[in-house]
Amino acid sequence: MVTLKVNGRAHTLDLDPATPLLYALSDDLELRGPKFGCGLGQCGACTAIVDGVAARTCVTPVSSAAGKEIITLEGLGTAERPHPIQKAFIDEQAAQCGFCLNGVILSAKAFLDKNPRATEAEIQRALSGVLCRCFTHARMYAAIQRYQKAVPK
Amino acid sequence: MTAEAQGALDRRGFLKCAGALIVGFRFAGEQPACAQFGQAALSGSPPGDQLDSWIAVGADGRVTAFSGKEELGQGISTAQQQLVAEELSVPFERVTLIYCDTARTPDQAYTSGSQSHPVNFNHANLALAAATAREALLKMASQRLGAPVEQLTLAAGVIGWKGDASKRVSYGELAGGKKWNLALDKNAQRKPSSEWTVLGKPVGRPDMAAMATGQFEYVHNVRLPGMLHGRVVRPPVVGATLLSVDEESVKGLPGLVKVVVKKNFVGVVAQKPWQAIQAAEKLKVNWSAGAGLPKQSEFYDSLAKQPSRDTLMVDSKDTAQTLAAAAVTLKSTYLHPYQMHGSVGSSCAVADVQGDKATLYSPTQGVWYQKSTGAMILGLKPENVHVIFQRGSGCYGLNGADTVSYDAMILSQAAGKPVRVQLSRKDEMAWENYGNAWRIEERAGLDAQGNIVAWEHEAWTPGLGNRPGPATPGNVITGMLLGFAPAAFSPGAAQPPRAYNNNSNGIPSYVAGNVGGSNGGTGTVKSEKVLVHSVASRFWTGPLRSPARLQNTFAHESFMDELAARAHADPVEFRLRHLRNERLIAVLKGAAKAANWETRPSPKPGNRKTGIAAGRGVACVAYEGDNGYTGIVADVEVDQDSGKVAVQRMWVAIDAGPISNPDGLRNQAEGGALQGMSRAMGEEVTWDDQKVTSVDWRTYHSLPLGFDVPKIECVLIDRPEEEATGAGETAITVIAAALGNAVFDATGVRLRQIPLTAERVKAALTAA
Repeated sequence: MVTLKVNGRAHTLDLDPATPLLYALSDDLELRGPKFGCGLGQCGACTAIVDGVAARTCVTPVSSAAGKEIITLEGLGTAERPHPIQKAFIDEQAAQCGFCLNGVILSAKAFLDKNPRATEAEIQRALSGVLCRCFTHARMYAAIQRYQKAVPK
Repeated sequence: MTAEAQGALDRRGFLKCAGALIVGFRFAGEQPACAQFGQAALSGSPPGDQLDSWIAVGADGRVTAFSGKEELGQGISTAQQQLVAEELSVPFERVTLIYCDTARTPDQAYTSGSQSHPVNFNHANLALAAATAREALLKMASQRLGAPVEQLTLAAGVIGWKGDASKRVSYGELAGGKKWNLALDKNAQRKPSSEWTVLGKPVGRPDMAAMATGQFEYVHNVRLPGMLHGRVVRPPVVGATLLSVDEESVKGLPGLVKVVVKKNFVGVVAQKPWQAIQAAEKLKVNWSAGAGLPKQSEFYDSLAKQPSRDTLMVDSKDTAQTLAAAAVTLKSTYLHPYQMHGSVGSSCAVADVQGDKATLYSPTQGVWYQKSTGAMILGLKPENVHVIFQRGSGCYGLNGADTVSYDAMILSQAAGKPVRVQLSRKDEMAWENYGNAWRIEERAGLDAQGNIVAWEHEAWTPGLGNRPGPATPGNVITGMLLGFAPAAFSPGAAQPPRAYNNNSNGIPSYVAGNVGGSNGGTGTVKSEKVLVHSVASRFWTGPLRSPARLQNTFAHESFMDELAARAHADPVEFRLRHLRNERLIAVLKGAAKAANWETRPSPKPGNRKTGIAAGRGVACVAYEGDNGYTGIVADVEVDQDSGKVAVQRMWVAIDAGPISNPDGLRNQAEGGALQGMSRAMGEEVTWDDQKVTSVDWRTYHSLPLGFDVPKIECVLIDRPEEEATGAGETAITVIAAALGNAVFDATGVRLRQIPLTAERVKAALTAA
């Protein structure tokens, strides 16, 4: 048994402790934010924010996430009341297929939470391991900058 | 020709079938492969010639539209919703669009090939249906109100009478919940674009908020009651066949439900995904040795030595003499590797096969072909297979969507329960149908004034498999493992071209394109020959965004730059001198103007041979000859010490006919430009003597989000008087040549092999 605190709620699940956190989130809890992309920690699609850090949940065993504060994309806001960074992506129409948005938005948010005055180059470095294969990059950076400007430092 | 190359060459005619049945598109060449398919009678879909198949009005006045062209991330569902809202004069939000469900929507064959815009936004199919519905509503209102049609006005779903403001009737009152019982009226008039208030505007995508907040349901998120999870076990090397499976090796593993073996197909089904993954890893499977693979270093040379099926696209039969008499002749060979679709999310499908009935949730681009070929692999009647499109990760062509749909169906049939399958990263990348590799030789002659007098293009491309189409499930890996053969390859000599057809862009833009006495091309050069050799591939191949068109254009537009340099001419001016198509000329000039193009020959004078050198490059294309137009200028900086190419800026001019959604078009142009840059600069399938070795994001080199994104400026050219054309594949087609041309402008060194990696650039600079 493992207890996970996800988006403010505790869930006790009967799982092999080696199970990657991704499967607990996307299958046991049926969350749609975190997604399987590669299973190797190389693309970012599975990202969740775990104790303030953008974690690759496809290579994070549930045992190591137990008791920590886990936030997924749906934990930030809803379509009706999106979080400011989600709103910035909507306003910039910064997606095509949208599959990578989970990793892009959460990686950017976790980084900017700790580095609100980060330069463009620093943000770029923070996203160096995130993939968008539709290559909506220009709009995504525009959205991230829009969010960064709007957030009080 | 291989089935693949045949597919690449004929793709357009094939894809147009659904439209052609109603619209009668001109079709040059043979009877399209789907002439007997893509028809409601066989696919079980609502008939495409009936208005009820396309448009329904609810009692509340809401409009539901049904389309056979699906949303893959390219924004076409938004544009289709705009189209229907515009033609029916209802607010955008009051239209619901349902697409690609074999039981509910008209059969429009594949969503691919830059065909959704031309097929549904001109004078047939969805556009004609909406126009027919508007005219039908006006006629009904005329009778109801006793007013002549020409005095009626439509606004927000209500029809009013100009002469009497008190007389008005809503769509809901006129047609709500009722059948139209009308055929599409080919004389129904589209609303003139000058009156558009919804179409042609930058309407935001209605799916954006759900995607940004983690609420959107991708096929990966489909959960059915009692659903199990499957995992496949692919052969370890190319050509291996199954010898035995030791089911004891996984006995007692938690959650394991079943091991499934069928011919060469092996898979497992478990209660949970992680359990299925572990069972698949632990299952002991004996495979035969592989068939071995040719050395990658000798690959391009080997292509010309294989038996081939040959196609002549144009042949003026005088190129040898004209070249011999030319003042100057040039010859260059261009090489383009196999590349992957490489979807961010590995492919996924959910199937529920119960007895003699099957339901499939699939991200396939061809639900009707999944229905017919799915029935074949399941041994069921096609009418008992229901396929519902559910969006996956962006596909860019034939990624693993079709093959994983077969995986899910077979495993569900074996388990008797709904089964979800998502491929591993390696299974996706090692076995997907790659974009074709090409070896292209260009030869041309210049006269004493530096004008091109003859152009020969000879190309070799290997193919294996393709989209499954109506009846060839063996065109993808799962179908083959299940015992179905891929489309056969048979060598054959070229026949003289019978009609001008440039939908593979094999014919350079600068030749006349004379077939059968008339010039179908966009250029001026009259002595011309284009010969394509299709050969067998060891790897699966299939359409990848701008198939053949991108590789041919890389060769044509790089070679055009070589010719311009040889003639000491400015590359834009030199192109214009050999073009006679106004739309192609306009995008070329549009990009050059936006970039403040300086008229001079390449290479740039005064650049040093060490350190950073800056340069600019240009390229253009008439996509498929006449299905969209793009010109591009790229600015690069080449670090001559490391060979690293940094793209600084790109200016993309694009013409897709009347602009349906400028923001959507811009998004496609920007994304196409950057995806093209990734493909041009890093992406290449690699292999050893047995198997593919580019199987993850460390070994297959996509540009990540963290690279220096160049500033992209789009010039959108609106052509309200023209037909709607393709839009999503034009920008990507011209990038590789523009970058290679810019490197030449910066350094004086010509690169003829993709990708333009730092090592390759450095080696070329050192050798120069």
